[in-house]
Amino acid sequence: MKTVIIKYNAGNIRSVLFALDRLGVEGVVTDDPEAIKAADKVIFPGVGEASSAMRYLRERKLDQLITGLKQPVLGICLGMQLMCKHSEENDTNCLGIFDVEVKRFQSPVDNLLKIPQIGWNNVTGLYSTMFEHVPENSYMYFVHSYYAALSPYTVATANYVINYSAALQKDNFYAVQFHPEKSAGEGQKILENFLKL
Amino acid sequence: MLTKRIIPCLDIKDGRTVKGVNFENIRDAGDPIELGALYAEQGADELVFLDITATNERRKTLSELVTRIAKHVNIPFTVGGGISSVEDVNVLLQSGADKISVNTSAFKRPELVDELAREFGSQCVVLAIDTRFEDGDWYVYLNGGRVKTEIKAYDWAKEAVQRGAGEILLTSMNNDGTKKGFALDITGKLSQNLNVPVIASGGAGTMDHFMDVFETAQADAALAASIFHYKEIEIQALKTYLYQRGINIRF
Repeated sequence: MKTVIIKYNAGNIRSVLFALDRLGVEGVVTDDPEAIKAADKVIFPGVGEASSAMRYLRERKLDQLITGLKQPVLGICLGMQLMCKHSEENDTNCLGIFDVEVKRFQSPVDNLLKIPQIGWNNVTGLYSTMFEHVPENSYMYFVHSYYAALSPYTVATANYVINYSAALQKDNFYAVQFHPEKSAGEGQKILENFLKL
Repeated sequence: MLTKRIIPCLDIKDGRTVKGVNFENIRDAGDPIELGALYAEQGADELVFLDITATNERRKTLSELVTRIAKHVNIPFTVGGGISSVEDVNVLLQSGADKISVNTSAFKRPELVDELAREFGSQCVVLAIDTRFEDGDWYVYLNGGRVKTEIKAYDWAKEAVQRGAGEILLTSMNNDGTKKGFALDITGKLSQNLNVPVIASGGAGTMDHFMDVFETAQADAALAASIFHYKEIEIQALKTYLYQRGINIRF
């Protein structure tokens, strides 16, 4: 089985590679279109800023490549947000795999909201094969200032002042807002489930 | 709901943990990787590795250590100690650190915070402040607490957040090592007025001290070293205690 991690100008690739390694899987980091197309599983990670990431993907025509993939694809964090339709982060048009709007957390008038959300939050309404044997209310590690709104593709929900999509799924496209590679045993289970798809 | 975080801190010198650690169930308590993985297994929410080595070989040894930690530990971790440039940070993040912390170097050249936030994002920039209460206020100290400044901790924290620091790690020198509890007033002032998470450090001695710092001071996270290393408080027991008293804890 070949697992490819898409190489682009966003961080946390090394962490994903190490997490795969802990599962005994050797990931290949590449931006070569042929290698990505030929992979059994594709991981689209990301920590960074939406508009510069999208620019990078478009310049290399990776945007069309990703939307056309037929094998299981897992977007993580910024990767998930880029798979949505549009992000408020620098008013960026994204890949549009999920017809979902990505918005910035807003502090309520009477309460100081810390942005980005940094830390462990529980996920509910788990409804995807990637969550097999992952209990409801498991805690996952999140670091983000923007969130994907709830939608028909929402397969896990988290709450930070409002309810939002902790995970999305449509056909062969899977996406999580949290970092499974940093979410201890339950996070590892999600990666394992994805690799078994 | 977002939970409060419990963060063990490991001091590293020449690639080894320095504070005497007393664990019979691991082979080598001086090995930061083994100790870090054990804490992760026991329910630590994050780890902080503070490098106190001061040699020229430092950076290379440290980046190798960071890679080994990243390979074995499946929770986020921060690396601090002697970081003074974008290049230092780049090496550590590339090696697998999730966040870095800066202290004296950022105070001496505050633009460093802007540069790091711009280059890597605020989420991985932790500003560490050592502070001492004297003459009626909390002042910033540098160089591991040896050098006093005339700047107040709150003012520096506020400026650093404006420049892009994503978290504040606040250590009270008055409380550190006393085991009499965290500095609730200054921790609360920062946590309730700044829109980034505040990690309280210095003074943890009992489980109730963690209750106080989360409830009274509304800290987002609490860091401790010796009480965990010497097993005076076990992480599992601490989290159970806090959870039973209504604190949001990953459990």
